[in-house]
Amino acid sequence: MTAKGQGRTAFAYLAPALLVLAGLLAYPIYQLVLISLYDYGQEQVSGGAPLEFLGLGNYQELLGNQQFWGVLGQTVAFAAVCVVGTLLVGAFLAILATRVRTWVRMTLFLAALGAWSTPAVAGSTIWLFLFDANFGFVNEVLGIQGFSWTFDKWTAFGLVAAQVIWCSFPFVMVTLYAGIKAIPGEVLEAAALDGASAFRTAWSVTLPLLRPIILVVTIQSIIWDFKVFTQIYVMTGGGGIAGRNLVLNVYAYQQAFAASEYGLGAAIGVVMTVLLLGITMFYLRALRRSGEVL
Amino acid sequence: MRRWITESFVLVVAAVVAFPLFWMVLSAFKPEDEIISADPVPWTTRPTLDSFTRALTVANFGRYFMNSIIVALIVVALSILISFLAATALTRFRFRSRTTLLVMLLVVQMVPVEALTVPLFFLMRSVGDSVPVFGLNHLGSLVLVHLAFSLPFAIWMLRGFVAAVPVELEEAATLDGASRFRFLWQVLFPLVAPGLVATSVLSFIHAWNDFLFAKTFIISAVENQTLPLALQVFVKPDQNDWGAIMAGSTLMTIPVLIFFVLVQRRLVSGLAGAVKG
Repeated sequence: MTAKGQGRTAFAYLAPALLVLAGLLAYPIYQLVLISLYDYGQEQVSGGAPLEFLGLGNYQELLGNQQFWGVLGQTVAFAAVCVVGTLLVGAFLAILATRVRTWVRMTLFLAALGAWSTPAVAGSTIWLFLFDANFGFVNEVLGIQGFSWTFDKWTAFGLVAAQVIWCSFPFVMVTLYAGIKAIPGEVLEAAALDGASAFRTAWSVTLPLLRPIILVVTIQSIIWDFKVFTQIYVMTGGGGIAGRNLVLNVYAYQQAFAASEYGLGAAIGVVMTVLLLGITMFYLRALRRSGEVL
Repeated sequence: MRRWITESFVLVVAAVVAFPLFWMVLSAFKPEDEIISADPVPWTTRPTLDSFTRALTVANFGRYFMNSIIVALIVVALSILISFLAATALTRFRFRSRTTLLVMLLVVQMVPVEALTVPLFFLMRSVGDSVPVFGLNHLGSLVLVHLAFSLPFAIWMLRGFVAAVPVELEEAATLDGASRFRFLWQVLFPLVAPGLVATSVLSFIHAWNDFLFAKTFIISAVENQTLPLALQVFVKPDQNDWGAIMAGSTLMTIPVLIFFVLVQRRLVSGLAGAVKG
């Protein structure tokens, strides 16, 4: 077939995909930026009031807003706790999984698979029930009936973080386990023959070999935990009392759909996207530097 | 001796990890007075289906279950078709903008779709003015967004599977007189089926679990809600019907659990493959 014919057939095959992606991803991204530059409120949406171009006004309002900075800080801290927790639990269990018999490992993986596959909404409600002030099993065991985990800001955040770690450590564990298993036995034997201690082998042989995988799961976790929506929304009832448990994603939603400040909500969305793209760029560069070919 | 300690520890961890799910299923079968008892116990002597009945009749869970299934299955079917064609084009043909398209597919996956709720909300609102089925308050709007979100990853992942089919096979098929269309659907399609299974499971789970877009798009049409939202019907301040909530959660979790167990091997290797590109 001629090169031109190839191109034509290829685009015929690609057309449906391009149509969907252009209409439902590219165009909304463009719209997101556009809306964030306007004063877009209830009057404009349903009343037909004229749109007012604000330029960077929405961003100025955000940057001057105490609550925004608070929420941003909370988001970063919350994501950091979730990421570190997920990685530590996942890595620790992956290492343990290499040292036990198959049936024990399969039991652990099956349990993890259950946590992994639980839909976020269902998982959140189960945890809420387990930690319910009066009827929860945890309070019964701890003997603190009547204690509300979701009332206090920090216990509420802690509870949500625990739930997030519960459903996201399996990915880290399974991936790292596969990574450890893929290290050829000869390499470890050579290290042992050279007289390296178990710790030294782990630190100087296993860890460097696992670096690309660790990098991948770290960034993946950061991206996931930075935009947690369902767990926060369901477990703290839409961001906690007076919005003290808000994270960026829920904040954007509340600004847009509860307060009808669509322009402001879009601006928060843009900020979130830019932050995440920044992290992704950093990730790609780190990957390239570690010699990984994309 | 030391292995014995490690193994007991791992088993305890497994029990803790599995406990929330165990508690969910258990509570779904407990009679109501045991659920709202001040001394909950991790067993029941009087299992009952009352909670399931309540969930399915009072809250009309069956209807929402069907809605969720419909959305997820249509997304899966469309995404299989579209991503298979696109992946074939991107692996079997050489054309000028190919690399650009590949890079764009990768970049698009990095955009947090949650940030797009506002523009998508308005897009669906205006789409609904001309084609109501795809507008707000209709399941079609959910199908559209989940299709768009699942495509980039599906295409990216399928590429590998299509590339693994030797080109000689196509030449042989052509020599035997098979048309391009016939080769595509009768030779290539069955050969990449394993890849299609893995990607469709992911698309299914995405659509099935979605809470944000269902909440944003289905505003007033209660009959068109999906499971994640329906679950919230039982959540009332201070008087949650925990039995029904747990029964609903169980119903919602089971399909995903089955899927996960079926494809876990492929999922892990597929993810690793996708990560490595």
